[in-house]
Amino acid sequence: MKYLKPLGLALFITGFAIFNISFFWSSYQLTPEIVKGKISDERKATTLLQEARDLIGTDASSNFKFVAALSAALDKVNENQLSVFGFTNQELDQLAAYNKEKFSIASVDSVFKSENEQNAFKRKSFKDYGGWLDGQATSREQIQNVADNIKKYGIVNQFGFDRYAVKDLKYSLTKASATSPVKSNPALFLFLTIGLCIIGSLLYILPKLQLPAGIKNNGVFFNAMKNVQWLGILTGSWLILFYVLLYFYPEYMTNWVIMVDPVSKLLSGNEAGRFFLYGFIYTLCILVMGVRMIINYRHSKYQILRTCSVMFFQTAFAFLIPEIMIRLNQPYFDFKNIWPLDYSFFFNNRIDTLLANGGLGVFMLVWGIALIIIAVPVLVYFFGKRWYCSWVCGCGGLAETLGDPYRQLSNKKLSAWKIERWMIHSVLVFAVVMTAGVLYTYFTNSSWVFFFDSYKLREVYGAFIGAGFAGVVGTGFYPLMGNRTWCRFGCPLAAYLGIIQRFKSRFRITTNGGQCISCGNCSTYCEMGIDVRWYAQRGQNIVRSSCVGCGVCSSVCPRGVLNLEVKEEDGRFGKAILIGNNGIRLAD
Amino acid sequence: MKHIVIIGNGISGITAARNIRKRSNDNITVISGETEHFFSRTALMYIYMGHMKYENTKPYEDWFWKKNKIELVKDVVEKVNTESKQLVLRDKGNLHYDVLVIASGSKSNKFGWPGQDLKGVQGLYSFQDLQLMEENSKNIKQAVIVGGGLIGIEMAEMLLTRKIQVTFLVRENEFWSNVLPLQEANLITRHVRSHHVDLKLNTELKEIQGDANGKVKSIVTNKGEVIDCQFVGLTVGVSPNIEFLKNSGIETKRGVLVNKFLETNVKDVYALGDCVERKYELPGRRTVEQVWYTGRMMGEVVAQTICGQKTKYEPGPWFNSAKFFDIEYQTYGNVWSELKPNETEFYWEHESGTKCVHVIWDKITNQFLGLNTFGIRMRHECFDKWLREKKSIDFVMEHLAEANFDPEFFETHEGEIIRKFKKATSIISQ
Ligand SMILES: Cc1cc2nc3c(=O)[nH]c(=O)nc-3n(C[C@H](O)[C@H](O)[C@H](O)COP(=O)(O)OP(=O)(O)OC[C@H]3O[C@@H](n4cnc5c(N)ncnc54)[C@H](O)[C@@H]3O)c2cc1C
Ligand code: SF4
Ligand code: SF4
Repeated sequence: MKYLKPLGLALFITGFAIFNISFFWSSYQLTPEIVKGKISDERKATTLLQEARDLIGTDASSNFKFVAALSAALDKVNENQLSVFGFTNQELDQLAAYNKEKFSIASVDSVFKSENEQNAFKRKSFKDYGGWLDGQATSREQIQNVADNIKKYGIVNQFGFDRYAVKDLKYSLTKASATSPVKSNPALFLFLTIGLCIIGSLLYILPKLQLPAGIKNNGVFFNAMKNVQWLGILTGSWLILFYVLLYFYPEYMTNWVIMVDPVSKLLSGNEAGRFFLYGFIYTLCILVMGVRMIINYRHSKYQILRTCSVMFFQTAFAFLIPEIMIRLNQPYFDFKNIWPLDYSFFFNNRIDTLLANGGLGVFMLVWGIALIIIAVPVLVYFFGKRWYCSWVCGCGGLAETLGDPYRQLSNKKLSAWKIERWMIHSVLVFAVVMTAGVLYTYFTNSSWVFFFDSYKLREVYGAFIGAGFAGVVGTGFYPLMGNRTWCRFGCPLAAYLGIIQRFKSRFRITTNGGQCISCGNCSTYCEMGIDVRWYAQRGQNIVRSSCVGCGVCSSVCPRGVLNLEVKEEDGRFGKAILIGNNGIRLAD
Repeated sequence: MKHIVIIGNGISGITAARNIRKRSNDNITVISGETEHFFSRTALMYIYMGHMKYENTKPYEDWFWKKNKIELVKDVVEKVNTESKQLVLRDKGNLHYDVLVIASGSKSNKFGWPGQDLKGVQGLYSFQDLQLMEENSKNIKQAVIVGGGLIGIEMAEMLLTRKIQVTFLVRENEFWSNVLPLQEANLITRHVRSHHVDLKLNTELKEIQGDANGKVKSIVTNKGEVIDCQFVGLTVGVSPNIEFLKNSGIETKRGVLVNKFLETNVKDVYALGDCVERKYELPGRRTVEQVWYTGRMMGEVVAQTICGQKTKYEPGPWFNSAKFFDIEYQTYGNVWSELKPNETEFYWEHESGTKCVHVIWDKITNQFLGLNTFGIRMRHECFDKWLREKKSIDFVMEHLAEANFDPEFFETHEGEIIRKFKKATSIISQ
């Protein structure tokens, strides 16, 4: 038994090391078949093959080299097409000269009159992009603008590769071109990496069963991992790097995605994408670290049930059911994800997909809306926001399992609370405005809402809030700022749940008369940075919008002072009273 | 504006200062030689065990004091001159006061054992003691703790987290049986042993032996047993910390003597908390009450008095709580270690042997007198009310479930407790 823990650690480190090595362990060879397989437009495929000829038939020894060369080839294609199809200054001058007084769109035909492909494109595109100039007094500058827009959108779209296509191709071509031990043996490598990590972690965790049930916080603040020491900083940096790759540079991590291809094929029948890899690892983290959580808090039924609940919802609702939906040719749908946490719920492509899928699709749409307007207020009224944040939510699930070792790192200062309120409510406003814009665009087909472009806005939201805040900061900062940084400062759904919890709910944490000894365990281990002791030592109920009801404050309190309760609303905001002292009326 | 000076920044002094500030604009100065800011003494063990850092044990952020115009002075009061209303500080010279509040707390007892001043022998009361303990327990293997009270058991738990073998000498025949009834004392004794503490009951310390460097190397018990150790924790109680009041004219016995208003014999001098000895009796309470709650309640009272609304210290029914390793303990009302002639009892223990409930009531009137609970949290509010209203034992047992304060989903035991209670009492009445 004594050796299980070190053995587990060794296995984990081995698995983790192989995982990291496998990131680099591949060579890449592009073939015409791969290019043709990924690019259906034959002409584009041919032009790319031209530019990428150096990559064909020769091995690029690393993902960095391959991606760099591929990226250069894609750029080159665009550049060439721009020079072939772009307007020259001379042509634009000519166009301006023709239209000194008022612009006549017919003049386009005169300027680009000779019949060839370039001129045909120029005629058509200028009419499309600049048709509105017809009959107007027009400056040379306006003409230039039209030409620039055509360059930016028209040409790369039609003859080259736009931003999205470039991103997508870099990823899919790299993945398809890989030749590596991982690719020839994905299952083996899955076992050697993630498999070993799981076995190692469990061997490390399970011996804790021998310790008596009870609070296990010994040495937390001496631990290099749990106290922002070298190991914590290293772990945080790794996580941040992982998230940056995942969201912004997925083309480098294709070897990892290849590993989970067999799993994905088994579930949905499709090849794995990067978000399948992410969901897979995410779910495993919740499961393995959930076991740890249960063992650590096995004296508390509340903690056991709550942990089982997040493990279940992540595995079934977030991971398996959506994959199975795809296998059944139904839209991907996570039945427990709620707008505005699920910020893209009202995006036109998603609404269209749902509407295109008949009865089930419509049900999903109605379900999603019912969660927002019925489930959230009603359940928060009866149980507090915890029903979602620490029983159902995936972000919460990860925070309560993988993130549990870091809960003490949340900032308890009053100043942090102030920042929190500003920040989280700003994100909520941002999410609402962004979604309103998206819906406006959906119904009117006009992307301009007042003074902003709804496409631009959703992109900014997706990058900064969806990926940057929720992902990179939210999880990457676990070992640096605690496990609920996103939930506390960023999550717009938490803000919405919180407003209801604060003003209309039966939930509160009650304090047990005068029993508090101000020790500070509750505040220290509150992942939301609530200074629980402040209330407990003055005998006041804790009614805070941010409380996710994890119940850990109650668990760690050595004097049994705190209890999460739902009772009638009256007396919820009780005045501070400390039982036990006659003749004393506490001043505020 | 008066200058109110408070000696001691523990729970007593700080509660007084905060509550005075809420009611008055007077100048308030709090002096302590221990730490600059108020911290929770009850949390000392958690710092050693790595559950918290010192910072986490401060109940108020550092800006709080300035914002509330409570001046903090880190210094030691060496003398009090009540005639000239002057304090003599060790470093910062003299300080004048208009009103003096003494909240100087306790110090650990030492009973003159041979070797008690060797290196590695210490008590645990102050922050400095904690630092010393950190140093004394570095790289050692065995420790002996003397005295089976609450601080002793905390010390045992602390040392065990550093993988130090602990031998625990307890004079009584069960752990803490001078306070707990035998049943509970026995339950805790078992629990302590389950944590691999070598608990030696009915055993006293006779002598501490040192090595050539003046460091402890072993102890000898009253039974002649020699136990090797590199650390000795002396936790045989605390007594009021009042030496600096000698010759001040302030009357003291075991502690500073105070009347119902917490006034000492000298005008404008008040005392409260651990350092106090009440001149008057309160039913069910000792005259020196060295617990957190007493300090806090006295602080609330003295603040009211100083601010012109004279208030007696009249605490409600006794309550207290502690945690023995993994078992939480709460008590409401009075459960003495031995039944008084008018009392009778019912004791329930869970089959796991880690939970129990013990109730005491009056044989004749059936009035409920007190309850001990181990491993089940109960509501202070309920018991406070029931004790004040002198409810009968039957009423209390009938409403026991209302008093349950365990978290949601926890197994409840009231059904079984009441069933067994009924069975036991019907046998008695037959
Ligand atoms: C390890 C430990 C655990 C405990 N656990 C519990 C518990 O769980 N529950 C409970 O009810 N009680 C507990 N207690 C007891 C409780 O902590 C005390 O009853 C309480 O702290 C007393 O508060 P006080 O303000 O009266 O005195 P103190 O907290 O002792 O404060 C007095 C302060 O005055 C300072 N001082 C004294 N003399 C001078 C001077 N001449 N000049 C300058 N400064 C001076 C001291 O340095 C000290 O800082 C525990 C005590 C210890 C040591
Ligand atoms: S107050 Fe308690 S229940 Fe609420 S989030 Fe903090 S630790 Fe969890
Ligand atoms: S953990 Fe319990 S005793 Fe300690 S400060 Fe919080 S409520 Fe008070």
